[in-house]
Amino acid sequence: MIDTFVIPLVKILVVLNATLVAVSYMVLLERKVIAWTQSRLGPMRVGPYGVLQPIADAIKLMIKEDITPVRADRWVFTLAPIISMVPALIVYAVIPFGPTVTIFGHAVPLYVTDINVGLLYIVSVASVGVYGIILAGYASNSKYPLLASLRASAQLISYEVAVTLTLVSVILMAGSLSMVSIVLAQEQARVWYGFVQPLAFGIFFIGSLAETNRAPFDMPEAEQELTGGFHTEYSGMRFALFFLAEYANMIVVSSVATTLFLGGWLRPFPNVAWLGVLDLIPGWIWFLVKSFVFLYIFIWVRATLPRYRYDQLMRLGWKVLIPLAILNLVATAIVKVWWLA
Amino acid sequence: MGEAIAFYTLAAFILGFAVLVIATKDTVHSVLFLVLDFLFVAALYVLLEAPFLAVIQVLVYAGGIVVLYLFVVMLVNLKRPPEAHQDPRRRTWLGFGLSAAILAELAAIALYSSAGAAPAGPAAALPVAGNTEQVGWLLYTRYLIPFEIASMLLLVAMIGAIVLAKREL
Amino acid sequence: MDAPALRHGAMFDTNELELNMGPQHPSTHGVLRVVLRLDGEKVVDADVVIGYLHRGIEKLSENRNYTQIVLLTDRMDYVAAATNNVGYCETVEKLMAIEVPRRARYVRTIVCELQRIASHCLWVGTHAMDIGAMTVFLYAFRERELILDLFEELCGARLTYNSQRIGGLPLDIPPGWDRKVLAFVEVMTGKVEEYEALLTENRIWLERTKGVGVIEGPEAIALGLSGPPLRGSGVPRDIRKDEPYAAYDEMQFEVPLGKAGDTYDRYVVRMEEFRQSLRIIRQAAEGIPEGPVVGKVPRLIKPPAGETYHAIESPKGELGYFVVSDGKSTNPYRFRVRPPSFCNLQALRRLCRGHLVADVVALIGSLDVVLGEVDR
Repeated sequence: MIDTFVIPLVKILVVLNATLVAVSYMVLLERKVIAWTQSRLGPMRVGPYGVLQPIADAIKLMIKEDITPVRADRWVFTLAPIISMVPALIVYAVIPFGPTVTIFGHAVPLYVTDINVGLLYIVSVASVGVYGIILAGYASNSKYPLLASLRASAQLISYEVAVTLTLVSVILMAGSLSMVSIVLAQEQARVWYGFVQPLAFGIFFIGSLAETNRAPFDMPEAEQELTGGFHTEYSGMRFALFFLAEYANMIVVSSVATTLFLGGWLRPFPNVAWLGVLDLIPGWIWFLVKSFVFLYIFIWVRATLPRYRYDQLMRLGWKVLIPLAILNLVATAIVKVWWLA
Repeated sequence: MGEAIAFYTLAAFILGFAVLVIATKDTVHSVLFLVLDFLFVAALYVLLEAPFLAVIQVLVYAGGIVVLYLFVVMLVNLKRPPEAHQDPRRRTWLGFGLSAAILAELAAIALYSSAGAAPAGPAAALPVAGNTEQVGWLLYTRYLIPFEIASMLLLVAMIGAIVLAKREL
Repeated sequence: MDAPALRHGAMFDTNELELNMGPQHPSTHGVLRVVLRLDGEKVVDADVVIGYLHRGIEKLSENRNYTQIVLLTDRMDYVAAATNNVGYCETVEKLMAIEVPRRARYVRTIVCELQRIASHCLWVGTHAMDIGAMTVFLYAFRERELILDLFEELCGARLTYNSQRIGGLPLDIPPGWDRKVLAFVEVMTGKVEEYEALLTENRIWLERTKGVGVIEGPEAIALGLSGPPLRGSGVPRDIRKDEPYAAYDEMQFEVPLGKAGDTYDRYVVRMEEFRQSLRIIRQAAEGIPEGPVVGKVPRLIKPPAGETYHAIESPKGELGYFVVSDGKSTNPYRFRVRPPSFCNLQALRRLCRGHLVADVVALIGSLDVVLGEVDR
């Protein structure tokens, strides 16, 4: 009873809540980090050093007037933020935050579930999230959002190809689609795949910047060009949903990168025996630290780089990243079949 | 029993959405119902214990191809409802013909599988375990030729698309 | 102009999209309105609409006496208000043949160049921000703040300075101000490198600016461009060199020139101008002569009948004043400004055509317009 119902339910609750809190604090973290980069202080007023800022933001967004443009497509307009948010949350089901641990005599794996097509599940659910952006742009019945959603659909489809191809290289290495097995395979190989597959890691990183609409690929929302892009006409909580979905996706992408390329919950340098003392730190902390590093790089990139132009972005995706990813995949396959078999 | 209920519920939704796809006036709504349809078909695959197919269905159809549909629908002027043709029944015969063909095909499949000559043997007969592995195994052994033909077809389509697009550039 | 409204052989009619950019838009630098006609994201035509910030400064000036006008000129290019003051005062001094003391001319040179740096700081910040690099904006504003502090000390104001009088300066510089200016020059020299480190060799920056909005020298002249947009096209025209005013004839500096005439060259020219301005400021601040700061000016400023045109090199280009006096009143009979932003903005339509929406904001940024000056 406890093992079949209570523990999974508690896990789902914990993951969902932790995600939402993490997402809102991601926003604060981003504001703080960017502020420090730019020799500013960032939010300082709400709570000490602004730590309560996310709560203030949430309250503000919830009590704001919720405006639907008169000529908008009402149904789709309401649906779009939800379509954005839901996929961003349900992918957390397969992310392995840590190995199985024993709590009060119950063996509790630190993930909601482990399905044998876990990685593909993430990719496919994330691909549904695109609809949120496209439909928001369409339903607003406004020109800037429309342009933005055209950009978004083209961008997401192009970069999904490159990202998925790099994932396939990792799947080849691990011989499994399950997120947990991929981490276990790295434990067995005694090396993080990031070191074995640096090219795939690089492409994955660039592609995931584009897939999460982050700078320098934040064309669909480019404030300076499209005045906010697809969410121009949104206000209040609906806008907040888009905002949260973006950050939730960032965390997903970081978690996936951690799992695939940085050894998930494994300690650094699993091949060096005398570093075994690091195993004293629980796996989930390693996982969080690695994801945090990745998230920090996301923010850092945003603070540093200018924005690509739409056509340049497409060129980079189709003419550089996808061929490189295919090359990497073929090379991985050859190595795997001829040398490692 | 539970499986049957799930199947018929899903089937009802799939058919309902399929009707909505062609009955809706707004093109974008129609495309959206198509997405929903694909998602329910994916659920059907899950019911058949084929998670790999289910995920691929969502990834390729719902996540990829329909996005392209939307792209096209949004690029062309869609605010204007399509004008009624002077003779809406001009292609009645074509419609009946196609429907008859599809019906015949479905009947053939139903007969063939109920006759117990299902092409894929039981999963245990395959040398690999796991849903993904089995799909891969079958694709590259028993169905190698159809698979290669399909890839050729896609390649030709791709080249054709590039040629068409390049002409305009 | 070609009309790609219906491409040959296209299956669907792909309509042109008319997109209204501004007057409320984050990157039209104020209240500029650009009506874009788009084919996909490609700009087929751009109609530049101005006038949203018109306050009638020229007409107002006809009802103010000559001293009062100084304060109106502040409100034109509010990013470099003191430059406007200098230009106007020199015009009236030319009309009245007033000799300005050398100390005042040196201070004016420092003031003009400080304003050039302040204006370029704002430009590099917003231009980079338009292209998505937001950190440069904050960095540049940090240094602009130092300049504002210097001005606060000089004339008590931080934006609209009213810092000049006809015939010289309203007050002598505060004691030690020249040393603070020199200290600022030291700080700023390193900061320019900092901006350039973030942009000049950044691949994305290069891709976004190289080959965007190319305009050749002769065409730039024909369009009436001036200032950095003109020099970016390789035309060696700088009023500070060609018709020196203030104390520029005593300063050593170079006029940076571009080659290709694209957005990147205009960027490089302005970045180099930072350094040249610092060079000028250092020379002027080190060599401020002693002496009075106001020339022999009659108590009642009533120029003789006549007209004159005088232009200076403002941060944005040729800032010209045309003043007509009827010799009878203390107000100008006609007051007309040739604002560089207004004339440079003419090129926008020509520059935008054939580029993408994202380039439009880059191009507006590369022309560096201030709407207060365009509309007056």
